[in-house]
Amino acid sequence: MGLIAVVLAGFVAAAVAPWLVRIARGAAGWVLAAVPLGLLAYLAGQLGSIAPHGLSVSYPWVPSLGVRFSFHLDGLSLTMAVLITGVGALVLIYAGGYLAGHRQLGRFFAFLMAFMASMLGLVLADNALTMFVFWELTSITSYLLIGFDHERPEARSAALQALLVTGAGGLALLAGLLLLGQIGQDLGLPAAASLEISTLRTLGKESVAGHALYLPALLLILGGALTKSAQFPFHFWLPSAMEAPTPVSAYLHSATMVKAGVYLLARLSPVLAGTEAWTWGVMAPGLATLLIGGFLAIQETDLKRILAYSTVSALGMLTMLLGLGSPAAVAAAMAFLLGHALYKGALFLVAGAIDHETGTRNVDQLGGLRKAMPWTATAAALAACSMAGLPPLFGFVGKEAAVEASLHHGPPWLATGAVMLGGLLFVAIAGIVGARPFVGQRTELPKHAHEAPISLWLGSMILAVVGLVLGLAPGSVDSSLLAPAAANVLGRKEVASLGLALWHGWNLTLALSALTVLAGVSVYVARLPLRWLLGWGKSLSRWGPAGWYELGLKGLNVVAAVQTRLLQSGYLRLYLLTILVTTVGLVGYTLLRRVELPRREDWFDGALHEASLVSGLIALAVLATILARSRMRAIVALGVVGYGVALLFVLFGAPDLAMTQFLVETLTVILFVLVFYYLSPSEPFSRPTARLRDATVAIAVGALMTVLVLVTASADWYPSVSGYYAERSVPDAHGRNIVNVILVDFRGLDTLGEITVLAVAAIGVYALLHLRPERRQPR
Amino acid sequence: MSSLILRTATRFMLPLLLLFSVFLLFRGHNEPGGGFAGGLVAASAFALYALAFGVPSARQSLRVDPRSLIGTGLLAAVGSGLLSLVLGKPFLAHRDLWTIVTLPGFGTLHLGTPLVFDAGVYLVVLGVTLTIILPLAEEQQ
Repeated sequence: MGLIAVVLAGFVAAAVAPWLVRIARGAAGWVLAAVPLGLLAYLAGQLGSIAPHGLSVSYPWVPSLGVRFSFHLDGLSLTMAVLITGVGALVLIYAGGYLAGHRQLGRFFAFLMAFMASMLGLVLADNALTMFVFWELTSITSYLLIGFDHERPEARSAALQALLVTGAGGLALLAGLLLLGQIGQDLGLPAAASLEISTLRTLGKESVAGHALYLPALLLILGGALTKSAQFPFHFWLPSAMEAPTPVSAYLHSATMVKAGVYLLARLSPVLAGTEAWTWGVMAPGLATLLIGGFLAIQETDLKRILAYSTVSALGMLTMLLGLGSPAAVAAAMAFLLGHALYKGALFLVAGAIDHETGTRNVDQLGGLRKAMPWTATAAALAACSMAGLPPLFGFVGKEAAVEASLHHGPPWLATGAVMLGGLLFVAIAGIVGARPFVGQRTELPKHAHEAPISLWLGSMILAVVGLVLGLAPGSVDSSLLAPAAANVLGRKEVASLGLALWHGWNLTLALSALTVLAGVSVYVARLPLRWLLGWGKSLSRWGPAGWYELGLKGLNVVAAVQTRLLQSGYLRLYLLTILVTTVGLVGYTLLRRVELPRREDWFDGALHEASLVSGLIALAVLATILARSRMRAIVALGVVGYGVALLFVLFGAPDLAMTQFLVETLTVILFVLVFYYLSPSEPFSRPTARLRDATVAIAVGALMTVLVLVTASADWYPSVSGYYAERSVPDAHGRNIVNVILVDFRGLDTLGEITVLAVAAIGVYALLHLRPERRQPR
Repeated sequence: MSSLILRTATRFMLPLLLLFSVFLLFRGHNEPGGGFAGGLVAASAFALYALAFGVPSARQSLRVDPRSLIGTGLLAAVGSGLLSLVLGKPFLAHRDLWTIVTLPGFGTLHLGTPLVFDAGVYLVVLGVTLTIILPLAEEQQ
């Protein structure tokens, strides 16, 4: 029950946030932060109870499809949930100061709280489809938050880009998860449990990897994970997403949401990992992203874009480590995940504070702010040292673990080289973002810089200090949080300490680490020439994935325009012609190829003579309609056709149908009379060729329908349900008129759908009648 | 259209037709009829009235905008199904939502949520038909 409350609390808070802002005004951020803080306290209380099995709650949702509303708290989900609530509380306080006085602050808080709840649902969900629902909810809330400044076109297009890229990945993920459920069922899981990730974990990797659907499922799930975590070649949406207000960038686009893809890979690693396909499918994109993100970061001048690319790079590091998949690599991934969330969140908050107080985010314009903004500068320095991997900060512990893990697995030049290259770029980026704005001479700035209010530096300070404390005592998170998480990723029952420590003695790892820092410092010093040197890369980016995205969107529009011009003539008669010819063609083809025509004696029973009489009448009325010289005559003759059909219904014992047909026919005649009023009386009837064409189509449709009715009436492919309805109508539904009972009770949902369609059609007709061009002109 | 015969006949026909439409709605569960047919009869009654006395008078005698009839009807139909949801049954499961009322000297009356559903259908059909017919007839006059 507690877990459900953890997930739902944020949604409730989102609903009341706008009112709260109206009441609490400036303090709303502080008040709202109580929600994630309370959740954090609850989660911290569970630290002891997650060890062997974790906590589970489960409610049936769609039992027939094996979908359960089930949640599971173990080391991995607890680590993520602690990050989500902890960083969330700080970001809420920060946002209260950053957007103080914004007229849509209430809406902002509502989106942010809804995001937090969705993210918690995503990491706590046990059922794959429940997780998918929350996965999509994070995409949607991210869309709303990136586009928060919806009056700026850049923000709107960035929001749409993020939604389309992660949404497309989400679709792939859904298919992948369903395939995974299928694999589970094939391997003997009951249908109801085949989508529970905790159950899938028990299958054993070898049997899953041996299944024919393994590779498709893996590739589709990778499609979801790599788009969400901005891995190459899908990384481009993340820098664009920097259009969002800075609290959003700090929260969604560095600490939490972008880690959802990494989380998914970690979560499914006990099911899918260990194969060649996994290692290369996960490690290769991670490695490429690590390097590409790092190089793109040092070319940028905007603080937030630098941080965005370095986040891309860090996500690449995490993905690569999960791809390596060894115990040491998973341990390093867990330590790096926590360390990165701490320092990157802090640096984003610092970047926002600088922007807020100086009016610019351009690193070339910033300098010498340490005296004006001492608290911010301190937080930035700590976070930057952590990012650079300097002792005694937690970032150092994480980086050491990563270097150590890379040394022992795969070709050393590949993984170790990538980790070190990435590490030295991190050092340079940390210098550019965390040191450059604060050291050196004061520069001319758009605003007179002074220290930000406490709400704007408290968050970065706390994150940075936590990074320091954990660096000094890494054992405190090792056995309680990260070791259980790593055990979950590896699919192990027993929890073994990760051996995280500040000091491992004089060894190769330490030497490599020091080398990285030295090389990184020289890259920092040479950053301006390097930026100039790498400048040609910028012109290449036009041909990069972002360019493909633009091209794809343009192509979509072109295709839409072409097919609209081709199919949408605007003439009702042409639409009808298209629909009818298509129907005749497709259904007629199927009938001829697949279906045997019924024997003659099946065709008719009952009142043959009366029916022939009425049919003759109908045929005469049809002739009269076609040959009529005036519209009024045609309408009246058509009415006779309709009444004739109603008579047939009477003859064959369907009084309900007949009554409705009479009424509809009456109203149709009235409608025809009213509609034909709009046609000018002098308008000629169609040309002879067109009439010939229409006659052909009409006869073909008539013939097709006749055959179709005869075939369906004479075949008994399915057992009839009439008997059941007749039997249950009075006892279950208190009605003797089966037709009506079916309409309002047995098949009530169909009727509800039909009257909804009627209502929509009426709205359409009403709009057509009232939006005609001549109405728009001023009178 | 200023035929005196039509006007006089319509004056008597409107209440009769409306009464008949409600009769159809109520008897529908046991005899031919129902909300769909009832709604069509009611719509024809107002269409007839519009032909005889003009659209403004027809709208006046209807009292409400036909568009809001559509919404009310849909709401009634959906609402009749929500009651079963509250009781933990699937949406639109009417089976156990019946009460049987005995009226002395009249007989027994089976009342249940399907009647509300059918009334919703009646209102939607009436609203849809008039939403289409009345503006068309308006243009003509």
